[in-house]
This record gives sequence, structure tokens and C-alpha cells, in this order.
Amino acid sequence: MKRSELLSRILITIAMVGAVGTPLIIWARTPLIHAQVAENGGWSPDVIHANAGEPVTLHLTSDDVAHGFAVGQMDMQSVDVLPGKVTDVTLTFDKPGIYTFFCTRWCGLNHWRMRGTIEVSGSNADLEPAPAPVLNEVEAPLYVSLGLDIDAPHDAPIIPSHQPSAINGQQLAANLPITNYQSPDYYRSHSPYQVFDELSTTSLTGSQRWDVVASIWQSNTTPESLANGQRLYAQNCAACHGENGAGDGVFADKVAADFGKGMSSANNGRPVDFSDPTRMLGASPALLQGKILRGGMGTGMPMWGSIFTEEQIWDLIAYLYSFQFNYY
Amino acid sequence: MELTSNKFVKGLLLNRYPQYTVFIVMLAGYIFAILAGLIGTPVGSRNFSIVFVWIAWWAILILVAVPFFGRGWCAVCPIPLPGEWFQRGAVLSPPDKKPKRLNLRWPKALRNIWLQNVSFLLLALFSGVLLTTPNITGIVLAAMLFTAIGLSAIFERRAFCRYLCPVGGFIGLYSQTAPIELRIKDKQVCAACVGKPCYNGNENGYGCPWDVFPGGLTKNTYCGLCMECIRTCPHDNIAINLRPFSADLAKPSTRMDEAFKAFIMLAAAMIYAGVLLGPWGALKDAAYNVGASAWFIYAIIFLAIIFLVLPGLFTLGILKTKSALPLKRRFASLATALIPLGLMFWIAFSLSFVLTNAAYIFASLSDPLGLGWNLFGAANAAWQPMLTSILAPAQTLALVGGLIWSARTAQKAASEIKTSSIPVVAFCFITTLVMLWLLL
Repeated sequence: MKRSELLSRILITIAMVGAVGTPLIIWARTPLIHAQVAENGGWSPDVIHANAGEPVTLHLTSDDVAHGFAVGQMDMQSVDVLPGKVTDVTLTFDKPGIYTFFCTRWCGLNHWRMRGTIEVSGSNADLEPAPAPVLNEVEAPLYVSLGLDIDAPHDAPIIPSHQPSAINGQQLAANLPITNYQSPDYYRSHSPYQVFDELSTTSLTGSQRWDVVASIWQSNTTPESLANGQRLYAQNCAACHGENGAGDGVFADKVAADFGKGMSSANNGRPVDFSDPTRMLGASPALLQGKILRGGMGTGMPMWGSIFTEEQIWDLIAYLYSFQFNYY
Repeated sequence: MELTSNKFVKGLLLNRYPQYTVFIVMLAGYIFAILAGLIGTPVGSRNFSIVFVWIAWWAILILVAVPFFGRGWCAVCPIPLPGEWFQRGAVLSPPDKKPKRLNLRWPKALRNIWLQNVSFLLLALFSGVLLTTPNITGIVLAAMLFTAIGLSAIFERRAFCRYLCPVGGFIGLYSQTAPIELRIKDKQVCAACVGKPCYNGNENGYGCPWDVFPGGLTKNTYCGLCMECIRTCPHDNIAINLRPFSADLAKPSTRMDEAFKAFIMLAAAMIYAGVLLGPWGALKDAAYNVGASAWFIYAIIFLAIIFLVLPGLFTLGILKTKSALPLKRRFASLATALIPLGLMFWIAFSLSFVLTNAAYIFASLSDPLGLGWNLFGAANAAWQPMLTSILAPAQTLALVGGLIWSARTAQKAASEIKTSSIPVVAFCFITTLVMLWLLL
């Protein structure tokens, strides 16, 4: 074989090995976390391992539409995960445990199924003082300690003829001995209708009693809580339940078609209508907490227990009642 | 004007190393495109295989290479190389000892471009998926490479390029319009030449890989500009010439496979304009959902437009024209007029999506696999259509220019076979109006 031919063949071999090998090696050394709509697999991988106290950098990319990434019960700003682009996120977990990461963008009907876990291991010796053993430390959610059956019907037998006004209620309540009604424990464990019913011993008219109930509900929240609840609602709930809580979000029809059989007939298979006073005024905050924490079994309603902090859930609940009460 | 009379140009073409260098770069790029399709991001607009094959390469091919260099792309195409190197037993000059290969002749019944018509239609029918899905593009690119290798192992010369390549078919058709040609200088020299090394090869080069005897070349269609005949000709009788545009079309074709290639390309440009650029969502869905019942309806309509509607209208037009020639011959000859029109349709169509999507090229160069690189600082560049203000005028110019060009070609073809060109001009006029409506 001529020398020129031999050299040419060597050069071709080098070029081809380079063209194949270089991208393959780099590709193999770049561990990406891929996001796809849940129907196509969701997060891949959906289990990530990390060590407590050590920063872990995640390289996120979307294989289809725009997604978002956040870790539940963690103080972090969600980040966008855009198609074909790589977003880097560096996280440090203070405590070992299992954390849930989830998509924060409405990417599809099964958006809420886009979840994965970060298994954080490691000794707490060098970290913050370890929490007490889990089983002894964790308090049961209020709906559990109250023994509520969150799937039982809870319709209010009486509803107001117009939207109750908290401002009117404040003036009326000033002359009533209802201080105990305004405590958080009482508020969380009673439905608006129950309070309305208890106020029947007063000389107030039905309409006035509803106004007082509105003022009690208002006194148990703050503008900041409502704003936080509104933000959470818009981000996580509105696509199904609708911007105005009427159960008419952009995915409502699809949810009704796909999960209608699992829903109560009162909804006609649609996501719950928070603007329906019969349903909402018969539900206590604790009952709503249960529904949010656990999710709607067999329906399209996800469980949010691993995502929202307790404070976030109460903020969200306070906002849900704003579909019934005129706070300001 | 003979370009090869320039010593530098001639030297560049005779020397194998410049072409060899381009081959290596192209082949490495091609293999990288396959890999990018298979392992890179599945997001088409961010994947090197989609962006470089269907935007960058296509733009260069249809806007520059074909109109100005004819089969210039075929001269540097990497697809036949591995098979050809295997077939030849060498990557540079012919080896001292020929390797033992099957080297079968291509079946006589298939020595036409019908298979190329079919392969193009197959890609066109699946284009909704092919043009947007990197792994499908990767698989198709790999399949073309391995098919070319397989055919080179069985048949002589470049059987894949000549008879099967879906791209080669239309490049050959439109290369007739290009202002560049490879031709012999003196017929008598070829007639007297002993051994015909341009076709059979000698120690300086290989016999024509495109199975063409250069002495008989009258049009660009089947000359792949591989330059082997320039190297093998012992009489320095081969030249690369600059010439007027569409010189080959003065002598109209008589072949039905070429006539239908003209219809396929013309119709495909119109259908693509409707599907890829049009506002009809249902049409897009049908084209993209391969295998669904809507796609089958789309495929039937697609094929019906190509094989029935357009040729049917064309035939109806020329049916009653006076001519001594049979209808089939008139059909084939007059279809030559559709070649410049089809090319300009493709240029007008391509301008639209190339200018719209060109921004992806820079992002894709910076991060070809979607792994988070930013090699040239453009990975996060925002998508922005380019030169939108000139798009509509440029498209209009291309379409109207194509119509005029085709009308002139129709007149020449009709004059050659002594018939009227009016029905063909009318056909070109109507299709141009439709294309204008689709694009503007």
C-alpha cells in the first residue's frame, strides 16, 4: 500500500473516531434530568440522590414543552426548564430525607403527575441538630386529629342570598360576644355554615349572620396570606379549577372526560367549583386541608402534602374562601 | 467559458487532496449529524441534525448549490464515500491491485429515476415527522449511508447516487438550469480514444462512478461532478465550463421518469407550502400524525395531486394541441418547462422557512447536542426571524421570475417538437398563482 494511501486511511479513521467518540463521551458524562409531559414519562430520572449538607447541581432540560422545577417544602424559587435548553440548579439540603420535586408549569393534563424524589442521605453529625425521630415528632394533620371523613358530603343546608361582606360583619361583630369564634383553632375546625348556625342564638338576621361569618374568616387571615394563597392557586390550581374558582379551568373539560367517573355527581365530573356556596360554606378549613394534603382519590386532583408547607396550605385555604366572602 | 483552462482550477481538480479534505470534513459532519439525531436533544429546533440538515444544508443546497453549481453538492456529498472506498479498495488513487468485489450491473429495468421518485416521495410523505424529529432524521441519515454501502458492495459504481438517492434525483433535474457544466472539448478525440479510461478508469483515476460516458454528455442530469474523468482523460479533453442558465433545457427531455420528477417536485413544493407554512392546523396535524387515518387521507391526497391532478390538468391542456408526436412524447417534452418553475417554487418556499428559522443555526452550533454547552456564546440566543421585510418581495420575484423562465422554456420546448406552448404557459401561470396565494 502506498504511503499516501495509508496516511489517508489513518486520517479518515481518526476523523471518524473523533466524530463518533467525542460526542459519545461528552454525552455520557453529562447527566441530564429530562422533563417530558407526564404522558410521555415525566421526569427522567425521577429519583435523584444527594448528600445532606453537600451542594448538588442538577442539569435540567425539557424534551418537549416548557416545564418548571421546584422542590416541595423548600424555600426555593422555581426555575423554568425550556425545550432543548439546559438549566442548572444547585441545591443544598440541610437534612436527610426524601424530598419531592415537581413541575411548576401547566404542561399538560397530567402535569401534576410530573413529580420525582430526591433522596438525601447522610449523617446529621456535621449539620444542624437532628430532628427527633420522625414518628414521634410529626403531628397528625388537623383533619386527621379531628377525625374528619373528607370524602363525606358536606353541603351547607342554607346559603346566603348575596356574597357576605366582612366589612359589614366587623361592625356587627363588635357588639357580639364571639371572641372564641375568632381563634384559629375554632376557625380551622368549623365550617362557615356551622358558625352561621351557632350565631342563630343572636338577634341577627340571616344575612347579617353570614356577614359576621365573613368577618371571622377575614380575621383569620392577612392580606399577605391571601396574596400568597392567590399566587399558589394561580400556579397550581387554576388550570383545572379556573381563575375564578368556578371549576372551569382550561383543563376542566379534559379532566371531566378523563376522570369524570371518579368524581362526585354534584360536579358533573368536573373539577370542584369553589364559587359554589353550598359546597364551600359547608366545608371547614380542616376538611379542605385534608383534601389538599391527600388529593382526590381517583380523580385528577393531586396530593399536595409533599409539596406545600403547612403555612402554604392554610394560605391557600384562606384564598379559597375569598370566592365566597367579600373581605374588603 | 472554460474554467479548467485556468491552471489553478485545473490543478485543484486534478489533485485528489483538496477533494479528499472536503470529504473528510463532510463525512465527519454527516456522522456527527447522525449521532446528534440519535443522542442529542429530541427538541428539533435545538438539535444539530435537524437544524443543520433541514435548515442550513437545505438552504445552501436549494438557494445556492443547485441553482449555481448544479450537482456541486454531489461532488462533495459524504453518503457514497464509505461504500465507494470499500468498492475501490482505496481512498485516494486506484490501487495497484483491484479488490475482488461483486460489481454487478444495475438491473436494466431500473436504470431510470423512478426509484428516486419513489424514495423522494417516501421522505416527502413522512416529512412532517422527519423534519422535526431528530432521532428519525438520524435514522434516515444512517439508513442512507448504510444503503449506499450495501449497494456499493453489490453493484458497480455509485448505484445509490445514480438510481436511489432521494435528493440526487431532483438535484439532477434542476442541475440542468445551472450555469456550470462538465463536457468534453472535442467529440472526435473521444471517438478515437482507445480504452475509454473516462468510463473504465486507469492508473490516474476511476471509471465514471455515475455510469456515464462523458463523450456522450448532453446535459447535467446524470453527471455527479466527481472530477474522475478529468483525472483519467489522457487527452485533456474534459472541461468544466461556465454557460448561460438553463442551457440544457433547450433540448427537452423525452423521458417519463424525468417528466414525473418535474411534476413531483412542483407539486411537493406547493403541498409543503400549504402544510408547513400555511395556517391550516388540521392539515398540519394530518401530515404529522403518521399512521393515523387523517395521515392516510393526507397521503392519498398528496399522491393524487402529484400523479393525477397536476399531470391530469397538464395533459388536458396539451391534449388538443396540434402535433405530429404522440401525446406521451409531448407530455415528456413539454414537462421540461416545469423544471425552472419547480426550482423557483422551491426557492420561494425555502426562503420562507430558512429566513424564519435561520436563528436556530447559531444556537445549534453553540450547543449541537442540547447538553448545555455554549461554544460560541449563542446557545441562549432568542429566536428571531431574519430579513422579514424582504421575504415577500423576494418570494414574489422568484415566483414571477420562475414563471417567465418557464414560459420561455415552454416556448423553446414547444418549438422543438413543433406544437403550441400556450397550454403549458397557462398551466405554469395557474400554478404560480396558487403558489403565490399559498406563500403570501
